Amino acid sequence: MRNFAIMLALGMCALLVGAPAVAVEMRSAVFRIDYPRLAPISRFDVVPEDLGFAGAVLATEDNMTTGSFLGHSYEIETVSVPPEGADAAFKALVEAGHEVIVVLARDEDLLRLSDIAGEGVLILNATAQGVALRDAECRANTLHIAPSDAMKADAVAQFAVWKKWPEWLMIHGSNPADLALAEAYRRAAAKFGAQIVEEREFEDTGGARRTDSGHVLVQRQIPVATQGAEDHDIVVAADASDYFAPYLPFHLWTPAPVMGSSGLRPVTFHASQEAWGATQFQTRFEELAGRYVREEDYNTWLALRVIGEAVTRASTGEVAALREYLLSDEFEVAAFKGVPVTFRPWNGQLRQPILLFDGRITASVSPQDGFLHQVSPLDTLGLDEPESACTAFGG
Amino acid sequence: MKRLALAALLATTALPALAEKVFVSNERGNTVTVLDAASWEVLDEFAAGNRPRGITLSPDGKLLYVCASDDDLVRVFDTETYQELYTLPSGPDPELFVLHPSGNPLYIANEDDNLVTVVDTESHTVLAEVPVGVEPEGMGISADSRWVVNTSETTNMAHFIDTEDYEIKHNILVDQRPRYAEFTADGKWLFVTSEIGGTVSVIDMTGEAPTLTQKIGFEVSGVLPEWLQPVGAKATSDGNWLFVALGPANRVAVINIQTMEVEKYILVGQRVWQLAFTPDEKFLVTTNGNSNDVTIIDVEAQEAIRSVQVGQQPWGAVVTPE
Repeated sequence: MRNFAIMLALGMCALLVGAPAVAVEMRSAVFRIDYPRLAPISRFDVVPEDLGFAGAVLATEDNMTTGSFLGHSYEIETVSVPPEGADAAFKALVEAGHEVIVVLARDEDLLRLSDIAGEGVLILNATAQGVALRDAECRANTLHIAPSDAMKADAVAQFAVWKKWPEWLMIHGSNPADLALAEAYRRAAAKFGAQIVEEREFEDTGGARRTDSGHVLVQRQIPVATQGAEDHDIVVAADASDYFAPYLPFHLWTPAPVMGSSGLRPVTFHASQEAWGATQFQTRFEELAGRYVREEDYNTWLALRVIGEAVTRASTGEVAALREYLLSDEFEVAAFKGVPVTFRPWNGQLRQPILLFDGRITASVSPQDGFLHQVSPLDTLGLDEPESACTAFGG
Repeated sequence: MKRLALAALLATTALPALAEKVFVSNERGNTVTVLDAASWEVLDEFAAGNRPRGITLSPDGKLLYVCASDDDLVRVFDTETYQELYTLPSGPDPELFVLHPSGNPLYIANEDDNLVTVVDTESHTVLAEVPVGVEPEGMGISADSRWVVNTSETTNMAHFIDTEDYEIKHNILVDQRPRYAEFTADGKWLFVTSEIGGTVSVIDMTGEAPTLTQKIGFEVSGVLPEWLQPVGAKATSDGNWLFVALGPANRVAVINIQTMEVEKYILVGQRVWQLAFTPDEKFLVTTNGNSNDVTIIDVEAQEAIRSVQVGQQPWGAVVTPE
């Protein structure tokens, strides 16, 4: 909410150059667990070595530029470890005195690291999308920069409903993460008045991702797998493991747009986003990293920009004070998304628009027009306060 | 551009001369549209390079400067023939600039390079590059020419550059994504709009150092607060009124500078971006990026009187002096 003509304290003159209120030296860490993974279906999705870290470097440069006018400085340490070494490496970071740690890890690992960190450490989740982490399993020391599966599913659902495409055929994977994503789409459909007319499971039978002339088999198998479904407007793909969804468009038995894990995908950011000043972000990032930005980079950049903004405004590097400021009404930051992004104070989730990306351009941005909420249109995406079982934030 | 009150007074008594022209940069159309500032008819539209945004005139009205953002330079046109005369070096991605009241130099914000570039408009050379915050955007110059103010969109500051030595002497934190800096003619106030923060920061210029005194917010019933995004701003030279373009709220706010209260919202075209007064300050032209038109506001009545179609995605506007 906007404050009207707030008279500012005399203290503002302390923000002039040469007279910083406090010279803050802000140290942050970025902790990434590198899971063994199969080659991606598309070479465009090969994971770069500096995934997330490149975003951290850019955020630190941005923060340093601002800090140079205020007498603040920023430092980051980046750590990547295999899953088996994660706990020990994380403990070492905490013991070395790191109090602000951006984590790129899966749900169950993030939760365990949050508990290892304990009070006095602020964790910023840049990748884990599980709804439970924002619900009954929320932790007071963990803020979520990454949107939840529910926020992304709601972003897709709002667009489909806005298009008046309410009847969905859902095809989901067989791994636990795929099933969790499918559940997010079920909730999204119910929330916005769409109907899942039929569900099908596409079983993960393993096997190689790369074969010569693999498309021949795909072209025969997918139509058969999608044959004879109930009448539907769109196909929603729930494939968190990335093993079948990219095969769906153009191979369906009945022609229909695909949304979710392929076709029109909900993302926090992508390399062709240019609106709201994003072009400058893209060129800065590409100059630094020599590649296109990925969601993990943007989320990590945003996590550290959030910290930089709090240091700038609250003139402190003290972690409890930063957390309090971030969760207050005072905090907001621009994130190249057209509206300020802020935190839900009841579960530490960053409110943010979700881009709907077709692989080349932003096709749309949710929340869609006409979806209203008493607090913010952004709260039409994901778990809302009355339905949340999170109590760690005093709710 | 600021016009002296005296000039405005003379204008009202002078015999009708050739009408002034309005030049509108069309960001997507890559053109400049020329309007007659008396009849509001479109006179011409000419090619202006790639992604024309910031637009201003030499004090004598003979030269039109256009930031061709995607060409990484400033293009200079003859305001009678619309011929391109030459280009000026600008540094990468110039977006907005401000011309010294004498006509030289030109201060340019380079959005991609965290720099303000100072260009000599006669020798066509770069005089200085001033490092500023991340994503420099808005540019303003004080009436006494002592200060050039640049706003940086990601750093969220107004940087006060001393025009004597090109050093930054003061920095003031404002709200998210500051877009535009407007001084009053009497030198008392500086206004900085914050697009994402949704406020106008009011900075007192009368003390030893510039001081942020308050922030003005906006509220329009039926419009989501997130859409009230202040961008362009212009103050009348009598120091009484500040007009603020509110972007996707499709309105121009009218602020009483004596009370710093918003007194009125004027409905204009879609995504209203920048503003320009006619020399007599009777009319204010607004560029409306999403409806491809400009709206003409009667300044005294504080009412929109008509809209005129221009090129694609109009961005900035400037009106020739008498």
